[in-house]
Amino acid sequence: MTMRIVVCVKYVPDATGDRYFADDLTTDREAVDGLLSELDEYAVEQALQIAEAADDAEITVLTVGPEDAKDALRKALSMGADKALHVEDDALHGTDVLGTSLVLAKAVEHTGYDLVLCGMASTDGGMGVLPAILAERLGVPQMTLLSELAVQDGVVTGRRDGDSASEELRAVLPAVVSVTDQSGEARYPSFKGIMAAKKKPLESLDLSDVGIEEDQVGLENAWTTVLEATKRPARTAGTIVNDEGEGGKQLAAYLADGRFV
Amino acid sequence: MERNLFDEQHDAFRATVRQFMAKEVAPHMPEWEAAGMVPRELFKKTAQIGINGLQVPEAFGGAGVDSFLLNAIVFEEIGYAAASLGGLQVHLNTVLPYFLEYANDEQKSRWFPGFADGDLIASIAMTEPGTGSDLAGMTTTAVRDGDDYILNGAKTFITGGINADLVIVVARTSRDGDNRRDGLSLLVVEAGMEGFVRGRNLEKLGLKSSDTAELLFDQVRVPARNVLGAEGGAFAMLTSNLAQERLSISITAQATATAALNLAIDYVRERKVFGRRVADFQNTKFVLADCATELEAAQALIDRAILALDTGTLTPADAAKVKLFATETQARVIDRCLQLHGGYGYMREYPISRLYADARVTRIFGGTSEVMKSVISKSLAL
Ligand SMILES: Cc1cc2nc3c(=O)[nH]c(=O)nc-3n(C[C@H](O)[C@H](O)[C@H](O)COP(=O)(O)OP(=O)(O)OC[C@H]3O[C@@H](n4cnc5c(N)ncnc54)[C@H](O)[C@@H]3O)c2cc1C
Repeated sequence: MTMRIVVCVKYVPDATGDRYFADDLTTDREAVDGLLSELDEYAVEQALQIAEAADDAEITVLTVGPEDAKDALRKALSMGADKALHVEDDALHGTDVLGTSLVLAKAVEHTGYDLVLCGMASTDGGMGVLPAILAERLGVPQMTLLSELAVQDGVVTGRRDGDSASEELRAVLPAVVSVTDQSGEARYPSFKGIMAAKKKPLESLDLSDVGIEEDQVGLENAWTTVLEATKRPARTAGTIVNDEGEGGKQLAAYLADGRFV
Repeated sequence: MERNLFDEQHDAFRATVRQFMAKEVAPHMPEWEAAGMVPRELFKKTAQIGINGLQVPEAFGGAGVDSFLLNAIVFEEIGYAAASLGGLQVHLNTVLPYFLEYANDEQKSRWFPGFADGDLIASIAMTEPGTGSDLAGMTTTAVRDGDDYILNGAKTFITGGINADLVIVVARTSRDGDNRRDGLSLLVVEAGMEGFVRGRNLEKLGLKSSDTAELLFDQVRVPARNVLGAEGGAFAMLTSNLAQERLSISITAQATATAALNLAIDYVRERKVFGRRVADFQNTKFVLADCATELEAAQALIDRAILALDTGTLTPADAAKVKLFATETQARVIDRCLQLHGGYGYMREYPISRLYADARVTRIFGGTSEVMKSVISKSLAL
C-alpha cells in the first residue's frame, strides 16, 4: 500500500533581507522576497529519503499561506515531492499558530496521511510548537526534533539529541515527526526537477473546502496580540579600551557594568 | 532595467544555482585560490543539479536544452557571487559545443553520458608558446599512422588543463595548399594516453582558482576515431564557435562588474571618513551612477546577443563588439569600485581585489581587444 507522507512547509520572508511590518503589525510580505523556510527543506529531504527507501510512497507538500506561498510548494516539488496542496483564504490573514495548526490538521485529514513531517521551527516565527499542536489535534503520536529517522513496516524510529542525552524513539504510524537541521543537508532542486515540477499537481483549497469557519482563524481570533513592533536599533560603535597598564581592570569593569558576568 | 529574457523555470533554476554558489562555492574561494584549482569533485556536484547536462541530449542523460539562456544564468550567478569557475566555463561554453556539433554517434555514446553526470570534463588547446592570436600559425602536428595519429607539440595557457579528462587539441594534419588555414584538425586526447604530459599549473595574476596549464604531447598515439569533425576543417569549426565563447566571457565580465558595484555600494555605506560616510560624498555618488549606467548599457547589449545567439543570428563581428564593450566596461567599473575602497580594496581579503585581478585577462583571452577590433573593422568594408 502506498505510504502517504505529508510535509508541512512554510513560506517565509527571506531571512537575509530586512524585516518590515504592515500597519496591523503582521509581517509585511510585499516588502521582502519570500521563500521556502530553510528549516522545512530538511523535512522535505527526509521525506524524499524515506520515499526512496520505501517500495511505494507518495509525498504531498502542504502549506497555509498567501498566493505567493505557491513558490515554496513549487520548490518542494522541484526537489522531488509528488504533489502540492495550498490552503489559501483571505480570512487567514494574521492567523496564529493555533489557527494554523487547525487548518493544517484539517487539510492533512482531508488529503489522508500516514506520516506528517515538519521542520523544527519556522525561520520567521520561530515558535517550534506547531508539530506538537498538530499531533495533538490529529490525535496521533508525535516525535519532535529528530536528527535521524527511518520508517519500516509502519513504524517510525528516530533519534533525538538533547543536551545531556540522546533518546531513541519509535512510534506506530500514523504519526507526526519534526526534524532538526542536523538531519542531513537538503538537496538542491535540479534543472530536471524544476522542469518536472511544472507538470505536478498543485491543488488550492479554501477554508470551506477543509471545513473551517472564518471565526476560527485570522488576526481577530489569534490568542496573542502584537502591541508594538520596533526596528532593531542600528549597531553603535563599540567601546575601545586603550591598555595603559589598567586594561584588564577596565575590561572587567565593562563586563561587570553590563552585567555580562 | 528589468530584463525580459527569462521565464519562471529560468528564475527557479537561477535560485537553485544562487543557493549552490552561496553554499558550495563562494565560501571556498580563498582555499581554492591558494590551491590554484578547484577540486575535481566540484564538477560532480554541479552535475547533480543539472548544470553539466543542460545541453547534452536527453538520450545521454542530459536535459537536451537548445538555448544558451541557462548557461548564461549559471555564469551570471557565479559572477554575482564574486567567484570564478574557469574550468567549468570553458568546458560548458567553449568545448561542449564542438562535441554537440561535430561528434559522430559512436563518439556521442562514448563521451556524452560522462559529460552529463560530471565524470568527464574537457578543455581545448589552441594556444601554443609561439602562437596565440595568430591561430593558423600553430606548429603542433598530427601525422597519420595506420588507424592512429601521432601527435607532437606543446600547448600553453590551457584553462582546466590540470583537471581535464579530455582535451581537444588543435593540430596540423596537413600542410598542402597555399591557405595556412587549411589542414588543421581537432583531436580528442584522453587523460592517461602515453606521451601526454601535463606541465606546470601556471601562476597567474588573477583567476587563481582556475587551473591553467602547459600541455606537452610527445609522440602521443591518438586513434583516428578520436578526430572530431572533418579532418583538416578545424579552422572553420573554431571560428564558427567563437561567438558563443566571446559571449560567455562577456557575461562573466558583466556579472563580476555587477558584483563589484554591489560590493562598493555596501562598502561606502559603512565606511566613515572625515565624519561622513563615503557614500555621502558627491564624487562617490557620481562615480557609482556612472558605473550603474555603463553596466545597464552593457547588459542591454549582452541580452540582445544572448537572444541572437539562440536564434542563430549573432555574427562574429557582433560577438566581437559585445566582448570588446563588455570587457572594457568591466575594467573601468571594477577599477573605480576598487578606488572607492581605498587601501582596503588592495587587500586580498577584500573580494574587490580578486575581481580586479581576475578582470585583467578578459581583454586578452578568447581573442584580445585588438583582435576584436580587427574582426569588427573587417565587417566595415573599409
Ligand atoms: C588565463 C588564460 C586562459 C587561457 N585559456 C586558454 C585555453 O583554454 N585554450 C587556449 O587555447 N588558449 C587559452 N588562452 C590563450 C589566449 O587565448 C591567448 O593568450 C590570446 O589569444 C592571446 O594570444 P597571445 O597570448 O599569444 O598574445 P599575442 O598574440 O602574442 O598578442 C600580443 C599582443 O599583440 C596584439 N596583437 C596580436 N595580433 C594583432 C593584430 N593582428 N593587430 C594588432 N595587434 C595584435 C595583441 O592584441 C596583444 O596585445 C588563455 C590565456 C590566458 C591568459
